[in-house]
Amino acid sequence: MLLIHCPYCEEDRSELEFRWAGEAHVVRPENIAAISDEEFAEFFFLRNNEKGLTYERWRHIHGCGRFFNAARDTVSDRFLMTYKAGLPKQPVPVAEKFAAIAEEKSVETWEQTEGDAR
Amino acid sequence: MAELGPDIATRSLPLSGVHGGSAKVRLEPAQPAERINLRVRAEDVAALSAALGLDLPVKPKMSSSANGRTALWVGPDEWLVFADGGGSIGSSLTQAAASSGAVHSATDISHRNTAILVSGPGAAATLNAGCALDLSLDAFPIGACSRTLFGKVEIVLLRTAENAFRVEVWRSFSDYAFALLAEGARDAAL
Repeated sequence: MLLIHCPYCEEDRSELEFRWAGEAHVVRPENIAAISDEEFAEFFFLRNNEKGLTYERWRHIHGCGRFFNAARDTVSDRFLMTYKAGLPKQPVPVAEKFAAIAEEKSVETWEQTEGDAR
Repeated sequence: MAELGPDIATRSLPLSGVHGGSAKVRLEPAQPAERINLRVRAEDVAALSAALGLDLPVKPKMSSSANGRTALWVGPDEWLVFADGGGSIGSSLTQAAASSGAVHSATDISHRNTAILVSGPGAAATLNAGCALDLSLDAFPIGACSRTLFGKVEIVLLRTAENAFRVEVWRSFSDYAFALLAEGARDAAL
């Protein structure tokens, strides 16, 4: 069971209490009626789906009920840090980053196991 | 036509008559209570505290009690307040909150929730049968409270004494919660 740090409850809580809520820091355009279809598609439909470090919104739905932001490694599923909603994108602490890279190397990825299969 | 006296509709509690537990844990439905779900902005907390006659806790997982009322922190701007009584709708808690004059939302949930009292030396072990919270006294001291999951249902848990907890649960989930607690109580006594 993963433990996720809730920045509002100020402690680690079981993953069961949380829900994923999409990519974080997607800014709604100031004047949404004026933007082109391509710009709207970029804002509304297209997500980065990054491998590795991603910034996501999570919700502590069965706890304090609050949305917050999390930096998470999508390869190892490790949560690098969490911070309150409304704050700008936070840099990941260096120590966390190295721990994540070390962990990523120990995770069996598709490239390592199947990448060269023809 | 039958005489319709005032007692024609007798309310029964969702868990009325049930009892359970084991050698180490006692499970019993709590007395009926008035409850409100209270949402207040940070700047109006003092006004609502004064109106309700107790200090709304502002630190996570804290609760406070005064004048027969108990307020549990469930979120940064959300509290569960309960008081004994609750026989009739239109609770004194909503009226007290309204008298504060501050902007707030107080929803009467007296009959949406019911409560189960879990007590005895195996109480924490019983709850941990379905709840992942750390219930040691260091992490969850007397007076600590939290909204969390118990098995598949959401509960608000309050530690009332070293070996006593109050489990607030939605009435339609109370059968499930009580049955799972009964199973946890059996395991705790092994």
